[in-house]
Amino acid sequence: MTNRLDSTFERLRANRKKALIAYVMAGDPSLPDTEALVLELERAGADIIELGVPFSDPIADGPVIQKAAERALRSGTSLRRILTAVPALRAKTQIPLVLMAYYNTIYAFGESAFCRQAVEAGVDGLIVPDMPPEEADLLEAAASRAGLRLIFLLAPTSTPARRAAIARRSKGFIYYVSLTGITGAKLADLEEVRRNVEKIRQATETPVAVGFGIATAQDVSQVAAIADGVIVGSAIVRQIGEHQHDPHLPERVGAFVRSLKSAMTHGQVEVRA
Amino acid sequence: MPQFPDKHGRFGKYGGRYVPETLMPALLELEQAYLKARRDRRFQAEIDHYLKFYVGRPTPLYFAEKLTRRLGGAKIYLKREDLCHTGAHKINNTIGQGLLTRRMKKQRVIAETGAGQHGVAVATVAALFGLTCEIYMGTEDMQRQALNVFRMRLLGATVTGVNAGSRTLKDAISEAMRDWTTHVRTTHYILGSVLGAHPYPMMIRDFQSVIGREARRQVLAAEGRLPDCLVACVGGGSNSLGLFHPFLKDRTVRMVGVEAGGLGIESGKHAARFAGGRPGVLHGTMTYLLQDDDGQINLTHSVSAGLDYAAVGPEHSFYRDAGRIRYTSATDEEALAAFDLLSREEGIVPALESAHAIAEVVKLAPAMKARQVIVVNLSGRGDKDVQHVARLRGVPLGV
Repeated sequence: MTNRLDSTFERLRANRKKALIAYVMAGDPSLPDTEALVLELERAGADIIELGVPFSDPIADGPVIQKAAERALRSGTSLRRILTAVPALRAKTQIPLVLMAYYNTIYAFGESAFCRQAVEAGVDGLIVPDMPPEEADLLEAAASRAGLRLIFLLAPTSTPARRAAIARRSKGFIYYVSLTGITGAKLADLEEVRRNVEKIRQATETPVAVGFGIATAQDVSQVAAIADGVIVGSAIVRQIGEHQHDPHLPERVGAFVRSLKSAMTHGQVEVRA
Repeated sequence: MPQFPDKHGRFGKYGGRYVPETLMPALLELEQAYLKARRDRRFQAEIDHYLKFYVGRPTPLYFAEKLTRRLGGAKIYLKREDLCHTGAHKINNTIGQGLLTRRMKKQRVIAETGAGQHGVAVATVAALFGLTCEIYMGTEDMQRQALNVFRMRLLGATVTGVNAGSRTLKDAISEAMRDWTTHVRTTHYILGSVLGAHPYPMMIRDFQSVIGREARRQVLAAEGRLPDCLVACVGGGSNSLGLFHPFLKDRTVRMVGVEAGGLGIESGKHAARFAGGRPGVLHGTMTYLLQDDDGQINLTHSVSAGLDYAAVGPEHSFYRDAGRIRYTSATDEEALAAFDLLSREEGIVPALESAHAIAEVVKLAPAMKARQVIVVNLSGRGDKDVQHVARLRGVPLGV
């Protein structure tokens, strides 16, 4: 069976389009809300969904996603419950789903069991923000056996040797962290992003998606001109936080994502012209 | 015992480097810089100079005669780390890392602190070496240790309160790691215990091992033999590993690490990782953690802010599994009783952290023979805790 991530990037590439990757924290404010949000974000133009797995001590995340993790944990969300909820979502959509989970939640679950059950539930890829390639051997083997794409991160501080090695090891796509910092920080240097994405491309054919600090329609359109995918996290999660009690939560967040998608499409037309 | 850690920063299955990619190059750079400095005689001479003339080393190994008589068993020696400049062993590490920061030509240091002792020690070397300094501290701990907050500010440091999670040491470390991720090119993170990603557990153990090297020499001079037992409290585990490490090959020397038993292990309100935890990954390292079935980190409790943390140094986890070090715990109540006991018997007010080690000595010594010898690490002095203990006892201080 082909992986939904791979086929999505192939389709987009064939149409000279870029992927809009939308991050939501699973279980924020509840798992049923997450299902409704994912379906609405797909309608709004998201090509891939990144589902955050809440963790009590998220060292790579800024305050917006920290608070979302706290809300999700308060609603009783766990990795186990997320995997139980995914099949129902999978019955309604074929959008690629990527989990972003801190390593301890996976370690506590059991690496092999997690990879197997995640794929059975309908998950396509995995990002572990606190697991550099040095520590990834076991999880990489388990993911590969299960058919789960293990996505590695590259950062502005990565040396050329690390960049080449990680670019070759990452499956599905490469997550390029746009800035030296945590999620929700401000995008600083677009030129540096462009240079580094080009260097990654020299090492691999695997698609490169850029995340961290991408918050506005303008950011999205500028980064879409550089990379194969644009990841928006904190900006969407902030909308969810603000509208968490609104009965029209999915529509509110959907409207925001629609505006991002429209800027992205518009931006690409400009670039092609 | 093989040379630990291995080149991956592992102590058996424990340790490693579980950090975001952004930090990996900095950890590799730090490891290179440290290994190079460790081989450099001038670096070692610089450390020795500051330890002697600034910190006041060697610290005495003091025979606690009255306490020995009172407990009626083994001879009790106190390794007086409480007499170090700034009042605790923490400065042994910050002198080393401060000098390393200068070598790496970084201008800014950051740190976490729980009880405030490490924060004070970092603020102190930052003043000494002319570095900009920011300390992260949980707001709960800032209340418990208000005096140390003011001391850090006096020393020129910025103290930033952390209002997330349990508002204690765990959250301060997370926030310091976020700061480091953001300012990694210009900033060195002076971690305060044998925790975190490689090379920190190794490097901090090395800097703290001066405690055990001195104690070994001193006890041989005083008693003409090795001690029967070493006792130290274990938060992250730097004072204990500093004392224990130079004795690890001495098979006749027993070692006991004392964790924070809080309100009792059965209450669930404690920080005894070896009693209630299992292996996992937190703050860059694989080690014993207090966590739930889903791998979420538990909130911990201890009367002493310095022991109030959900993880323990990875090297301790290895020695626990290997059976080389025995780990036990003392409750808040036992620690407070030991705090009083040492104050009244010896005229030494111990830090609440160190009082946990004294509490274990109270249990051990009477069952031992009079010719046997215990060395206990008095890792810090209790001045910082006087206010907190008064508050616990409802004594108004009128300030």
